[in-house]
Amino acid sequence: MPDVPFIEIRHAAKSFGALEVLKDINLTVDRGQIVAIIGPSGSGKSTLLRAINELDPLTSGEVWLEGVQINKKLPHRQYEKHVNQVRQDIGMVFQHFNLFPHLTVRGNITLAPKMLKGLTTEEADRLAEEQLAKVGLSEKIDEFPSRLSGGQKQRVAIARALAMKPKVMLFDEATSALDPELVEEVNLVMKQLAEEHMTMIIVTHEMDFAASVCDRVLFMDQGVVVEEGPPGVIFQTPAHERTRNFLRKHLARAAGQA
Amino acid sequence: MGLDFTVVPDYFGVLMLGGAWTIAITIGAGLLSFFIGILFAVIALYGHWSVRLPVRLFAWLFMGTPLLLQLFLIYFGLIQIGIDLPAFVAGVIGLGLHFAVYNSELIQASILAVDKGQYEGARTLGLSRGQTLRRVVIPQAVRAVVPPMGNNMIALLKDSALVSVIGVMEITLAAQQAISRTYRPFEFYLAAAACYYVVNLALEAGLRRLERRIAASR
Ligand SMILES: Nc1ncnc2c1ncn2[C@@H]1O[C@H](COP(=O)(O)OP(=O)(O)OP(=O)(O)O)[C@@H](O)[C@H]1O
Ligand SMILES: [Mg+2]
Repeated sequence: MPDVPFIEIRHAAKSFGALEVLKDINLTVDRGQIVAIIGPSGSGKSTLLRAINELDPLTSGEVWLEGVQINKKLPHRQYEKHVNQVRQDIGMVFQHFNLFPHLTVRGNITLAPKMLKGLTTEEADRLAEEQLAKVGLSEKIDEFPSRLSGGQKQRVAIARALAMKPKVMLFDEATSALDPELVEEVNLVMKQLAEEHMTMIIVTHEMDFAASVCDRVLFMDQGVVVEEGPPGVIFQTPAHERTRNFLRKHLARAAGQA
Repeated sequence: MGLDFTVVPDYFGVLMLGGAWTIAITIGAGLLSFFIGILFAVIALYGHWSVRLPVRLFAWLFMGTPLLLQLFLIYFGLIQIGIDLPAFVAGVIGLGLHFAVYNSELIQASILAVDKGQYEGARTLGLSRGQTLRRVVIPQAVRAVVPPMGNNMIALLKDSALVSVIGVMEITLAAQQAISRTYRPFEFYLAAAACYYVVNLALEAGLRRLERRIAASR
């Protein structure tokens, strides 16, 4: 299907009660593209990301992945089946990892492939070993998450998502909960994915990281995409006052922390 | 008549056998109360009203009436409608259902306390609601509930004495038999107390071990 966009979001709107969190958002992402979403707290970045895999369904608008509408209106049972199916193609990484504490690293990674793709234990184990090698944590395969550092947890969470062989990876502030010295190891894994041309949508507060790995940057504020463009443009010569303000404040805060 | 503990060793075997029945009842009813407790908790939280309502009624009945009465009802009452259960089975069912209701309350609270991120993490991978519940939420809820449920199990052990009234030869009834032959209530009730104490110690040690074993996976 060469003519349909890889990911397309059309007229996305979302309200929580009276609060309009997303207002007519339109976005296309090509296969292999890496898009960063930046913006102030409460601007709707997470909500947009979570709309893509139906964790927070849109109030109106459409989300498409390779010509399949993700947020199709269907009768309840069919909808559940459909959503469970499409979510297998969409990996998501959360700020707080959300590893399953009662399962070992191996168990975390193999649970979904075994249950949903019918892999045998041996196949799933091999898959877990492969994915762990990729994030540099082979030796932790039999540990429980409680024994890992934050950075290691997040790398396992990435391996767990990758084990489903997703078409796209969504990252919601994957490094925000980490101690500063652990951020880099997670960034390295993400950079490696970028080199492998994984399609990624990355919500982040790390402007340097966004500038170095992303093809496009979206700046969101109050539920709208204020402007978007290549990182060079958004970070060096943003067109909008709101973007300049945000970046200035952000730089000041980052400098204050350093 | 002074105290004379020298008669106790003559009934050592009877008391030991009683101890074995007490342990069997406690384990049987404990397991039943655990699994039915999970079932009741899931129904109470997620069930269709047509199953939720009967379970609620049942829970209310079992919490609001004496355990002794429930045992009578299951053992003597059911005979009338053609269900003639052996005393041991009736005891396990009565105690098991009674404590299932208490365990269900604990497990419900514990299911609700599982972090929302766990649910999202599983759903994001493509697991269905039911799969998420079975493989992610309930295993964590059960681990979290081990310490308070352990207290329920200790209460169950002590309440197992009640099944003596329907004729299960557990510790209390064994002691009573010895008393009826020797007329030495003080000695044998004390001996029975010692038996309960030993079983209790073993149960507590087992629970502590279990808690240690699951500590890393929480
Ligand atoms: N489940 C919810 N119910 C009600 N309001 C919500 C809910 N989730 C988010 N919101 C609100 O929607 C707005 C956008 O939230 P969102 O989490 O998308 O922002 P964000 O850009 O990701 O912010 P941050 O940088 O702090 O993560 C906020 O005002 C938030 O309070
Ligand atoms: Mg957010």
